[in-house]
Order: sequence, then structure tokens, then C-alpha cells
Amino acid sequence: MSYFKIFAIALLSVFLVACQGNTIPDPEPTDTTYGSDDGADTSGTGGDGLGAGEFFDDTVEALGTVIYFDFDSSEVRAQDQDLVAGHAIQLNDNSFANVRLEGHADERGSREYNIGLGERRAQAVRQMLMIQGVKASQIQTVSFGEERAVALGSSESDYAQNRRVEIKYTN
Amino acid sequence: MLKTFTRLLIPLTLLCIQANAELVIDVQGVAKPTPVAIVPFGWEGQAPDMPLDIAAVITSDLKRSGRFAPIDESKMLQKPTDGSDVDFQDWGFVGVEAVVVGKVIQSGANAYTLQFQLFDTFGRRQLIGYRMPASRGTMRGAAHRAADMIYEKLTGIKGVFGTKVAYVTALQQGKERLYSLIVSDQDGENEHKIMESKDPIMSPAWSPDSRQLAYVSFEGSKSAIFVQTLRSGNRFQVSGNPGINGAPAFSPDGRKLVVTLGGVNGNPDIYVLDITSRQTKRLTTHRAIDTEGTWSPDGRYIYFTSDRSGGPQIYRISANGGTPERITFEGSYNARPRLSPDGTRLAMVHNDRGNFRIAVMNIARKDLLVLSSGQQDESPSFAPNSDILIYATRQRGNGVLETVSADGLIRQKMASGRGDVREPVWSPFPRF
Repeated sequence: MSYFKIFAIALLSVFLVACQGNTIPDPEPTDTTYGSDDGADTSGTGGDGLGAGEFFDDTVEALGTVIYFDFDSSEVRAQDQDLVAGHAIQLNDNSFANVRLEGHADERGSREYNIGLGERRAQAVRQMLMIQGVKASQIQTVSFGEERAVALGSSESDYAQNRRVEIKYTN
Repeated sequence: MLKTFTRLLIPLTLLCIQANAELVIDVQGVAKPTPVAIVPFGWEGQAPDMPLDIAAVITSDLKRSGRFAPIDESKMLQKPTDGSDVDFQDWGFVGVEAVVVGKVIQSGANAYTLQFQLFDTFGRRQLIGYRMPASRGTMRGAAHRAADMIYEKLTGIKGVFGTKVAYVTALQQGKERLYSLIVSDQDGENEHKIMESKDPIMSPAWSPDSRQLAYVSFEGSKSAIFVQTLRSGNRFQVSGNPGINGAPAFSPDGRKLVVTLGGVNGNPDIYVLDITSRQTKRLTTHRAIDTEGTWSPDGRYIYFTSDRSGGPQIYRISANGGTPERITFEGSYNARPRLSPDGTRLAMVHNDRGNFRIAVMNIARKDLLVLSSGQQDESPSFAPNSDILIYATRQRGNGVLETVSADGLIRQKMASGRGDVREPVWSPFPRF
């Protein structure tokens, strides 16, 4: 867990800017926000009483960890590209951090084919992370298809909530 | 051992008479189910009651088939338990076309004989006379076997009342979901929990000898394929590669599985996995999703789903590899192929004007018949007699199981347990 201390400092600005994000990420954060974490604005994080790991979790949470997809699509939408870029920075700065990308599909159609669709979405996010320098060894993908729906109804808005990739830090 | 067993199964009388024309159900159109009478069985034993109401089991089996209308006990003018007491005139008067009578005789502490006869009331003759040994534990199975014999004699179609189904249930418990892999008799009785997990369980598949189930489990948030022996409960992991390990189906000889592997780069393709050596052979290499492989009954082909043409369609490839051939062309979505055991029909999930429904294609004629009427129907699986299919549909947001005759005429909802029921798979015929 010691690596958390190193990057906890670097992530302060990200945390401060993107603190409201909860489920669907705010598209506002800009490149400069993510680009400025070179360790300069660092003082004071040790004294806030939070454990370093906890701080890291909050930061990741603030970035947003769920990416939604259009029907029958595995393309990361423009408004989610900053979110992915934010995670790429976390992973590049902390080579010991690993993520699991969990792909999901809505309930329509056959289950194993939906496993394929969920994997395709997880792979789209993986490719985007790797293009931004994240090592393949830091990323694991799993597709749950339609097995782990978050919205259990059968309306378009339920389906939209279920077509997603969840980014989970595994250490 | 085998000798003793066969000796015990001595038929009372084996009359090889063809079923009377009136009794043969027209499979093309069951406008009216045939009226029959299953007379309550007699009991010759120490306890006041017999261990199981045999007539009730047979009645329920025949009724659920949709092809028979067993009459109510109150309408019976007589309740014989032996063939010699059957008065054909009385039964003809009541209007039933066939009568079943029988009894259970106790011969030891846990040893019984189930004896039954089937009569054609219009032809006034015996069609079946049979006697079989049973214990308390095998009594229900014996009753289903009797129903199978009656069904086959009257319809010419092999009965499947003695078979089993496997399915997955998901039960919401607070914020968590509990997944179970269940095996039950085909009527939903006699449930056994084979596996339980807080992570999803998917894609159960029977071995051809009905002794094992292959399935996908997401324990530890990664997919793996297991093969589990039902009797012992022992299981072993046969595939746990990075990425997708999915969609297992046994080869007809039971030695191999067709599986979907995705790999690190997430390109799902069809592989054949030798269960003993764990060696895999890759059959498809397309960058599209190739999944849901299933063997043709003769072992020559593997049918699978692929979206290489855009949407998912069904293809087949030689089990030794080669160039895939597209099989389905009707509609924008055809997935999850399953062949009838007689090899003549292909069941699939088909998008029917925005609804996902079960459809069956006659392989020779290439015509598609939509069998179900739901919006999210899935996972078709043929009964071993190729005459009925089971699949999952939705009722008030929960998954329930339905059966439908392959001609689409008889549809039955299966009694559902708790939770969301999905992915039913029908077992092969039991081997006695």
C-alpha cells in the first residue's frame, strides 16, 4: 500500500476539481486539470487525517468510474474521453496500480452473445488507456454481459444504465 | 447386476399391437386433447397409504404434455386396480379413449413393485402391461417411466417425463444476488442445488451421459469453465484463461467441449477443448464475436453465433475447422443455436419485430417458425425426443420457464421457484 503515498500528493488537484462526480461523470474537467499533477502543488495532504489509500479511492471515485454506451455500440462517447484520460494518468503515474475493466450489456438478446458485447466495450476502454501509455499488464478485462444489471426494469433508460464499463482498481 | 435388473423388469404382457388410430394424436394440430382416465392406484402394503400417489404423477405428466385431458376422479364410474375388472362399456360411456389402472405392491421394508396396464377403451384391448421394481427413493422416477411408456404408446413420440432439466436462478438478497445452479425433474419437482455463488453462474450444459454439467462461473470476478459430476459434487476447472471463458457445450462423445475464449485482447472465438488433456484447438479467427458453439448430433459440425456480417447470425463450421458457412438469413438477429437431437431442426433466439423470441428453423426446408410470444425469450433447449423445447421468458419482470411443442401448438408455463429463473437446459434421456 505504500505507493499510495506517492501519488496521493499528485492527485490533490484532480480531487479538488472533480469532487462532485458520482455516477454519470461531469464532462467539465479539462486536460489541464489532469496535466498539472507533476507534484508541484503538494503541501498539506499528510495532515488531512485520511489514510492515503482512502484518499486515492476518493480521487478515483471523483473522476467517475462508470462509462456508458449507446445501443449496440462499443464506442467511448466524446464526453467520457476525459474520464478515461484521467484514469490513464492515474495508471501511468502509479505503475503498481491495476484496474479491472468490467464490461456490461443490457438484457436484450442472448446471454453469451451479450458477454461478447460487454467484452467489446471493456476492450474499447482498454485500448484507449493503452494508447495513452498504460501498460497492458495493469489492465484486466472481464465481461459480465447482462448478468449484473444495475437497473432491473425493461425501459430504454434502464437499458442505457446497464450498457456500461466499470473501472475498478484492484490494488 | 445387469442380469438381475433386467429380470426384474419382466413385462406382464408385451402386446406389439399398433396404437388404435383414434388414439394417435395428430401432432400437426392438437385442437382437442384426448380424454383419458388414470384410475387411482391400488395399494397392497403394511402402511395405510402407499409412499407416493402414482396416478397423480402420471395424470400431471400427461396433462402437462397438452395432448391429453385426464378426467377427474369424481367422473369415474368405477375404479378398478386390475385389468380384469375394467368394464369397457362404462369407460366408453364416460367418453375416455384410454384407461390406465395399476397398483403398488410392497414386498419388503423398502421394496415395492409398481404394476400398471393401459387399455384402449374403443378397441377394447390392452396396449401395455408392465411391472417394475421401486424403492421409496425411485418411486417418482418409476411413475414418470410409466407415464413415458403410456405417452409413447398413445402418440408414437418418446416421452420425456423421466428426464431432468438444469437451470440457473438468481435471488436478490438485499444488495446482493445469490446465483444457484439447480437440477430438477422436468416437471420442476425434486430440486437439487448443484452450485451456489454470489457471482454469476451461466451457460449450464449436460454431458451426453447426463452425469456431468459444464458451466461458467464468475467466482473472483473472472470467468472460468467448470465440469461438475452430479452424483459426487466434485468439480474441476477446465478453462480459466484471461478474458472470456464461456459458452461450453459437450461433444456427442462427451470427450470434448466447444467453448468461447476471448483472450487478453478480447476477441471471442470458437475453440474445441479436450477435457482430459485440456488442449485447445482454435476453430475461428475472425475479429467479430464468435460464440455460443454447439455440436451437431452427428458430431460433424459446430453451429455458432457470429456478428461478422454486422448483426448476430448463425454459422456452422466443420468440427475439424475450415471456412464457416452462414446458416440464417431471415431477420437482423439470430443467436444461440441449438440443434434438435434428431438433427432436423435448429432452435435460436430470433428478433421478431423488436421482440426476442424462440424460433425453430427446419434445416432441410430453411423455413423459420416463431414459437414463443414474449419480449425477452431466450436460451432454447430441445427435449431429447426433439418434440418439445424449454426456454426462459419474463413474467412481471422475473424470468420463468416455458415449454413449447416444436410445432408451436402447445405451450406450457413451468411451475417456477423463487427468484429469477433462466438458462434451462434439458437433459438427455436417462440410461437405465
